[in-house]
Amino acid sequence: MSNLNTEMIEKYRNNFLKEVTANVEEGEWVKMCMQCGVCSGSCPFGPHWDHPPQELFMMIRAGKREEVLTSSSMWMCTSCYNCIVRCPRGLPITHIMHGLAHYADRLGMAPKEQPTMKFAHKFWDNIVKNGRVNELKLSLGVYFMNGIAEGIKTSLKMQAVGLGMYKAKRLNPMEFFGGHTVKDKSGMQAIIEKAKEIEEAKIKKFEG
Amino acid sequence: MSDEKKIGTYICKGCGIGDRINTSQMATIAERECKSNVTKEHDFLCSAEGVKMIQDDIDNDGVNHVAIVACSRRAKTEAFNLENVAITRGNIREGVLWVRPDTDEAQETTQEMAEDYTRMAVFEVGAMNIPQTSGQSEGRKNLLVVGGGVSGMTAAVEAAKAGYASTLVEKTGSLGGAAAKAWKRIPEHTPYADPEDTGVAELIAAVEASDKIEVHLNSTITKTSGAPGRFSADITTESGSTTTENFGAIIQTSGYTEYDANQLPHLGYGKSKNVVTQAELDAMALEANGGPIKNADGKEVQSVVFIQCAGQRSEEEGHLPYCSGHCCLTSIKQAMYFKDNNPDIDTTVMFSDLRTPGAGGEDFYRSGQDKGVIFTKGIASEVTDSGGGCTVKFKDLILDEETTADADLVVLATGQVANAGVDIDEVPQDEPGQWEVSVDSILNMDYRQGKDVPQLRHGFNDSHFICFPYETRRTGIYAAGPVRRPMDMLQAKEDATGAALKAIQAAENADLGRAAHPRSGDLSFPSFRKEGCTQCKRCTVECPFGAIDEDEERYPLFNEARCRRCGTCMGACPVRVISFENYSVDTVGNQIKNVEMPDEFDEKPRILVLACENDAYPALDMAAMKGNEYSAFARVIPIRCLGSTNLIWVTDALNSGYDGVVLMGCQKGENYQCHFVKGSEIANVRMSKVDDTLQSLSLEPERVATYEVAITDIERAPQLINDMAETIEKIGMSPFKF
Ligand code: SF4
Ligand code: SF4
Ligand code: SF4
Repeated sequence: MSNLNTEMIEKYRNNFLKEVTANVEEGEWVKMCMQCGVCSGSCPFGPHWDHPPQELFMMIRAGKREEVLTSSSMWMCTSCYNCIVRCPRGLPITHIMHGLAHYADRLGMAPKEQPTMKFAHKFWDNIVKNGRVNELKLSLGVYFMNGIAEGIKTSLKMQAVGLGMYKAKRLNPMEFFGGHTVKDKSGMQAIIEKAKEIEEAKIKKFEG
Repeated sequence: MSDEKKIGTYICKGCGIGDRINTSQMATIAERECKSNVTKEHDFLCSAEGVKMIQDDIDNDGVNHVAIVACSRRAKTEAFNLENVAITRGNIREGVLWVRPDTDEAQETTQEMAEDYTRMAVFEVGAMNIPQTSGQSEGRKNLLVVGGGVSGMTAAVEAAKAGYASTLVEKTGSLGGAAAKAWKRIPEHTPYADPEDTGVAELIAAVEASDKIEVHLNSTITKTSGAPGRFSADITTESGSTTTENFGAIIQTSGYTEYDANQLPHLGYGKSKNVVTQAELDAMALEANGGPIKNADGKEVQSVVFIQCAGQRSEEEGHLPYCSGHCCLTSIKQAMYFKDNNPDIDTTVMFSDLRTPGAGGEDFYRSGQDKGVIFTKGIASEVTDSGGGCTVKFKDLILDEETTADADLVVLATGQVANAGVDIDEVPQDEPGQWEVSVDSILNMDYRQGKDVPQLRHGFNDSHFICFPYETRRTGIYAAGPVRRPMDMLQAKEDATGAALKAIQAAENADLGRAAHPRSGDLSFPSFRKEGCTQCKRCTVECPFGAIDEDEERYPLFNEARCRRCGTCMGACPVRVISFENYSVDTVGNQIKNVEMPDEFDEKPRILVLACENDAYPALDMAAMKGNEYSAFARVIPIRCLGSTNLIWVTDALNSGYDGVVLMGCQKGENYQCHFVKGSEIANVRMSKVDDTLQSLSLEPERVATYEVAITDIERAPQLINDMAETIEKIGMSPFKF
């Protein structure tokens, strides 16, 4: 268990709703859910999740910390925004899903082999380097995510797609050797650093 | 005014009537057959000029009975609002023109229809008398308000604002009722975010400051008699001294009692001191006066669970089957008592369906959520004492699991039970001469049908709550506030204001001898011929409004101002001695008898349709507007209520050769739509005897059909008539044609 996690358990004891309100992006909305179930009914993934949004919100209110944070449910969100559009209470459900996922990840509680999380990590590590996505490295990284054998197989399978993208100037093989960057790379990195700092401070500062 | 009847018949040629129907033929019939004294045709009768023509005849020619043969009686009512005459309408436009095709083949039967409606109108008005007020009213306009809670005080204050004096009678020693025992109220103003002061003190001050309101504390009503405009009430104090006062109308605001939570042992009431009702929590909050609320163990409450629908919306024996409407909002209000004092207090509202009615309901709910009140969709199965607090066992309906919650205090939302007095269906009225005061009764009426206002459902006093809120089945007595249906304070105030206005209207109408709705303005009233009366008591029992008492000799005693002019008594009377000036066994009988009856071999059957004027008749009118045709063999007669149908009409019709009879009344039973509440139900019981008549005449039972018709049945109502025409085609013509 990560230090942050223990710290948070200490701090909020049995009030998980307060913890979510304080630490999760848009988490202050969770208490406003009126349990109508419209989001769960609207979500194209609804039937395939362990806990659709309505249920997650109720679990948070019922203090089911462990169950919520270790759940793979919020990782399943495709950001289709169906729920946001329909929620009669105006909850930014999609954002809360991502907020919850992110928070679980930070606490080290997200399910270890969650593919969406793995992809998210790769994407993040990739983009913060230069401020631009390196498509080639990202794709290869994802193909080889589950080992060399599978990586080669997937790469061969995707060959035609890669070629097409190359012809359309969407993929440059030269990216392999560095790739393009934003104009002020160090400035961009400074922004990210600052953002992290703010977030840490927010979690520290909040008095439950 | 001379007693001589002088009939004027006025036939309109407008709206296309003149193009398709030979009106001069109608005029000839009116003159020759019906002995109309003055008969005129006009191109546009409802025009100022047309109406003036009629008025001139009334003023200069002594016409005092007017038959307007034009459009439906429901159209152009303002134009034909003629005073001091007996008046009727022959329905040619909606009743003939618009329900018949404009074809050559149809011409003959269409003309016959129009001629019959002319005959019917003239003979009907010929059997009428000019309605005049009874003079029974004493012209009292002041109000009696029974119950000094928020509803009662509001009614009195609102009446005072309108210039009417009232007497407020309160059983306890102080004004304010249930609301005076609450700490705050559900908000009534934007932004509907926080509980508000109850406002009871201001209301009491307004009552005390008004010179139009007289207050009797520690007093009850020990006798109510009379009728609108001349009620008399005995007001008796605790010590037994009685004063008798007279009133124009009465408002009953006797409120509610909180449901007895002792019937909910599974929810811990009576077993754990820390299980309380909503009213008890409000008392605790009042005591805490804004400070922290302590539980029975003296501990400042840190966690509280509200259990909604405790003993409500439940079919279980002894529980309330209904929703009391205010309790969800009340629990939100009470949860805020805690949250506003200390946001860290855990407050959980456990609901199965959260209902927050009213303009601000949803906002208040949201505000509760915003303040951190947790709403859990779950059903509590058991509450047990945990020493210093309680444990609530419940099923979480979202997470689908049995679980528990611990709380320092559990609050049960138990709901409202009406203080409606005695149930007259259970407790019959004392015999005349042996009448006694009942301590359980609110009004102690000396009415033939019972001591209190009839209850509609679940013990609440009300009658037709969709069309006529506040109205009870006792004319001039209005129920307002939670005695009428469960409600919160804001609704009670709106209710009381409405009831005050209705009460004023009732007193004013009574003064003028006019009926209350739905026949508002009607000046006629039932009268009866004592010589013929057999004292069968059917009228006194069946009157849906308890208008008829019995005198010492057990003859019916009509109280005009209590009467709503439905005619149920008239329909009930086996010896037909009850009648109105403008509606009687003869006015309808004359119409039935004077339809021309073609002989058996003419292939022109006749179908008598008796249609309730409140729903079925308008439905047929609207069908006509839409051009929904029906059989040319039908002759439709509007009646006040199916309850006014006297069996003699049906018997006469069958005897005189009608081939079928269709009766159209309103929906009866639990979800009745009858404007006179019980009329159509009573008629149905009465009509079950038609079978005997049919049998004695050896006629097929299909010849008489009774239907419930709603005002919206504009396709179905004509279809029912056509069905009868088809039935007759199948079973053949009646053999009783002469
Ligand atoms: S945005 Fe996410 S949670 Fe919302 S409906 Fe789409 S997939 Fe479901
Ligand atoms: S749609 Fe909105 S209010 Fe309804 S359950 Fe989902 S989040 Fe809650
Ligand atoms: S007309 Fe109706 S309300 Fe009037 S006395 Fe007869 S039954 Fe009662």
